[in-house]
Amino acid sequence: MSAVPNDAGALRASIQAGELRVAGVSKGYGDEKFRTEVVRDCSFEIERSKLTVMIGPSGCGKSTLIRLLAGFEKPDSGTITLNDAPVSGPARDRLVLFQESALFPWMTTWDNILYGPRARGEMSSETRDLADFLLNKVGLAQFRKKYPTQLSGGMQRRAELARAMINNPSVMILDEPFRGLDAMTKELMWEYYSRLFEETRRTNFFVTTDIDEAIFLADRLLIMSNIPGQVRAVLDIDIPRPRTLIAMVENDRANEIKMSALSILHEEAMKSFSRGSKAAADFVEAYSKRVSKS
Amino acid sequence: MSAVVASAARPRPRPGKSIFRHHVVRAVISIAVFLVLWELGSRLKAPWVGDVPPPTVVMNTWLPLLTDQGYWYSWYQSSRRVLSGFLAAMLIGIPFGLAMATSRVFNDVTFPVFEILRPVPPLAWVPAAIIFWPTQELSIGFVIFLGAIFTIMLNVIGGARSIDVRFFQAARSMGSSNFDIFRRIILPGVLPSIVVGCEVGIGITWNVVVAAEMISGGGGAIQSSAGGGLGFFIWNSYIGFSYPHIVVGMISIGIAGYISSAIIRQLGLMVTPWMRLR
Repeated sequence: MSAVPNDAGALRASIQAGELRVAGVSKGYGDEKFRTEVVRDCSFEIERSKLTVMIGPSGCGKSTLIRLLAGFEKPDSGTITLNDAPVSGPARDRLVLFQESALFPWMTTWDNILYGPRARGEMSSETRDLADFLLNKVGLAQFRKKYPTQLSGGMQRRAELARAMINNPSVMILDEPFRGLDAMTKELMWEYYSRLFEETRRTNFFVTTDIDEAIFLADRLLIMSNIPGQVRAVLDIDIPRPRTLIAMVENDRANEIKMSALSILHEEAMKSFSRGSKAAADFVEAYSKRVSKS
Repeated sequence: MSAVVASAARPRPRPGKSIFRHHVVRAVISIAVFLVLWELGSRLKAPWVGDVPPPTVVMNTWLPLLTDQGYWYSWYQSSRRVLSGFLAAMLIGIPFGLAMATSRVFNDVTFPVFEILRPVPPLAWVPAAIIFWPTQELSIGFVIFLGAIFTIMLNVIGGARSIDVRFFQAARSMGSSNFDIFRRIILPGVLPSIVVGCEVGIGITWNVVVAAEMISGGGGAIQSSAGGGLGFFIWNSYIGFSYPHIVVGMISIGIAGYISSAIIRQLGLMVTPWMRLR
């Protein structure tokens, strides 16, 4: 039983947070003539035990970067290292939470959570205890025998968090995980997710297009340029944790950061607008409204 | 306010029950209206319906058959043939479909042949089936098999290819081997499509049973001339100008197909419990 982190302190102690480094990475798609470079000479760090949030206009290469970090695809040039060891292929040390739910529809919550240990042949009574602990942690103890379609959107995201956590990854990568949830659920998930992060201090990399989500969650905020994607700016979000929704609204520092982030994003969007991108036009419109409101 | 409370407190009819009743009532009305129109159309010699025997005559032909051992032997013969042809189609179609969906090479090698054979109607296979196979029963089974296999394969291939790529990525990240992915992602992921393919496929096997049993020429019939299988029963009645018997055979096949599909659907829900909840 000693190996099982069945309380928050032990859970935190069992985590070996990792550090990801992206150096000069480029990636493009398509044949020679019609090749589009999605990411060009992109460099950044995902620091150990920090929650790094990446924000950028849609189509700026965020999802491509996630596929590269997870090892689903290889960069055309440049290197990605985890704790100084090069990343090659997908592995349990870098787990991805996808947009919308990627829970296996044919498995109950319980079987979904235990997917990883079963795949690696690591089933034991300790693993089951850990699954129980995580199930309670994400508030789904009553729902262990339910299939994903029987869970609400918020429950599905929490089940997916548990399915990733049981594998004890050194980095968690989240690709707009709360997209598609209604506003209330989404804000509850911010609070829930940041509490979970604060408890575990696992290295987290969170990609979003929502500036409020980004500032609420982040220790460090990476702002992406327009395509081909590069990190345009890095902002340290030095607002003390734990953060609450109400406190963030009233926090002058938060609003200050939001203003400077938005002006950079706006600039980037204008650039792509001049390149004639349709997505950029929507983006400029949406963000102009936001800037004028705040 | 009090009105709201009162209406909430009033016991309501259980929704499941009342829908079921509606459902059954509608089905009964639908069949009754159909029979009445048929009877009238037949008695009044309406165009197109004119020479079709009315339902009352069909019933009078059918009732004595219900105690005829030969008629029930036909049910047994046809069911046995349909089932064996269908099982063979499943046993070969599902692994082939899975192999085509998961292996590029296998797909490239087999797809052209598959695509050329697929549009050939089972009826066109009848002469070839007679020549190819040593026994009559094998010929019949083969034609039925051809009726079901392409639908099953198409559904398996389509189902396997439409599995969300994120499932594979997630499984791979969590340490799954190829075999593990096949067993725990591809197989359950394709199962709903297998069920749909089988449901449609078994319907088609009943469609081709007439063509298949024309081969038989009533072989294996016992007790009475009604014993060569339901498909043969129709053909034989046609040869003998017995129109009410043709209609009896048609309705019998319709009922058999309906029951088969219902059984497959129920079995399907048993093996894919997560589909029940959508």
